[in-house]
Amino acid sequence: MSDPVPLGLVATARALAARELSSVELTGALLERIACANPVLNAFITVDPEVSLRQAAAADERIARGDAGPLTGVPVAHKDIFMARGWRTTCASRMLAGFVAPYDAHVIEQFDAAGAVNMGKLNMDEFAMGSSSESSFFGPVRNPWDITRVPGGSSGGSAAAVAAGLVPAATATDTGGSIRQPAALCGVSGLKPTYGLVSRYGMIAYASSLDQAGPIARNAEDLAVLMNLMAGHDRRDATSLARPAEDYRRDLQRTLKGLRVGLPRAYFADGMSPDVRAGVESAIAVLRRLGAEPVEVELPRVELALPAYYVIAPAEASSNLSRFDGVRYGHRAASYGDLADMYSRTRAEGFGPEVRRRILIGAFVLCHGYYDAYYLQAQRVRRLIAEDFASAFEQCDVIAGPTSPTVAFALGAHADDPLQMYLSDIYTIAPNLAGLPAMSIPCGFGVHGLPVGLQLVGNYFTEARMLGIAAAFQRETEWHLRAPAAMTP
Amino acid sequence: MALDPDAVRRIALLARIAVTDSEVAALQGELNSILGMIERMQGVNTAGIVPMAHAFEMHTPLRDDQVTETDQRAEFQAGAPAVQDGLYLVPRVIE
Repeated sequence: MSDPVPLGLVATARALAARELSSVELTGALLERIACANPVLNAFITVDPEVSLRQAAAADERIARGDAGPLTGVPVAHKDIFMARGWRTTCASRMLAGFVAPYDAHVIEQFDAAGAVNMGKLNMDEFAMGSSSESSFFGPVRNPWDITRVPGGSSGGSAAAVAAGLVPAATATDTGGSIRQPAALCGVSGLKPTYGLVSRYGMIAYASSLDQAGPIARNAEDLAVLMNLMAGHDRRDATSLARPAEDYRRDLQRTLKGLRVGLPRAYFADGMSPDVRAGVESAIAVLRRLGAEPVEVELPRVELALPAYYVIAPAEASSNLSRFDGVRYGHRAASYGDLADMYSRTRAEGFGPEVRRRILIGAFVLCHGYYDAYYLQAQRVRRLIAEDFASAFEQCDVIAGPTSPTVAFALGAHADDPLQMYLSDIYTIAPNLAGLPAMSIPCGFGVHGLPVGLQLVGNYFTEARMLGIAAAFQRETEWHLRAPAAMTP
Repeated sequence: MALDPDAVRRIALLARIAVTDSEVAALQGELNSILGMIERMQGVNTAGIVPMAHAFEMHTPLRDDQVTETDQRAEFQAGAPAVQDGLYLVPRVIE
């Protein structure tokens, strides 16, 4: 059996449709690969071979009946933030370590209906708070390019599993960079769609006005196929946008001639390491060769994105995570006195240090007396940042720059300094505040042979165009085809 | 704005997170360094700027007044820490 997985999702789907291999064969082979690699990578929190193989058998029947869709039988793994009925769903927290989801997230329903095979639940930073996937209660994820380094976060398991060839694609979520930064650090492609395109129903909430689900895969075409499945209106999410369905593949072959690529001066100032700068600048040279015209643009207030985010996201988190009280589901402290004591001990035990820090920051900025100075000021700054992007998009069609200021850093490098960890998302946070689509694609290798990511930020609802730019770039380059040494014997 | 130990304890109380004295000391440093970073946005002139709560100005969508959820109490309570007769058990709050 030739292995289509390293070639990606569309290649895998094609091999299944052509009956070159069955979904059961493929699923079985990947489960073996996961069993072999996961003790090292720790990309998966939960695998359930029986369920996966049962779904694969059903998909094979569907293919035999001639009733298959583009993703029938294709193995996909899901960030453990998505509720999947009957699956343990932990959000990488002790709080939910034994929680079995009683219903499906909208995203999971879409994959199940398409006949995709659920390969398991992927590790991540606890409650999606972090940039290294080290804050997981289930231990850190390791980067397949160098297992002494982090894969990025919070969707580190998703990016690591795709990079290691354990699955052709994975779901992920992005509140301040959690799809793009791990995609960059693991050398894979990831897209955070416009806020509201993918339903948040059944996706465990971190910061609801910023959280958005999206795909991580090997190339732009795969992302487009996944977007066709994941996007769409869902009444169960009050912020889900009702828009006509679109084909995200429609611009994959489009030329870049005349495309205006905005280069924000702020993104190219000091702060980026030299190897990342070299990768990003060579990528811009490729785009220019393909007919794009670089334009210098200004995002004068973008440096305020980090402070605004660390008010808004913790504020929303402190509210969202108040539901974890040891009463209706999840962890409850073993010993306690009265009700207030039960709440406090349960939450002290159930949440890890980073989650506790963000809840406390959130509780503080929402306090009477500080609310205006912190929370409302952050929301006003948020609007200024969104206005900066609006002005920039009057002069360009897409913005390009680095995804992460550095390549993957060593495990434990920022263990004693939360602020240093936060700086890893310095380029990715602003699009979340504005609600804009943004993606990361591989654009080279930096120090120690570690991947570098190019970030593209588009105007609202321009995902198809962005995917077209990424596809043109990937026809011209082969960074996205590189894979780390296999974990299999 | 720098938090003193009492302020840290007060916030932890509001957030219903138990903290020990040694945790208060560590948190005081960590939270103050985060708040110091946040301080950078305090000087920005935002007079007249309307706070932005969401990417899109949306009104709360309304649905028809119909029953859409079925009774799944037993399944939902299966994961609860303590349940009796279909009710969630908590420490007594009224003597």
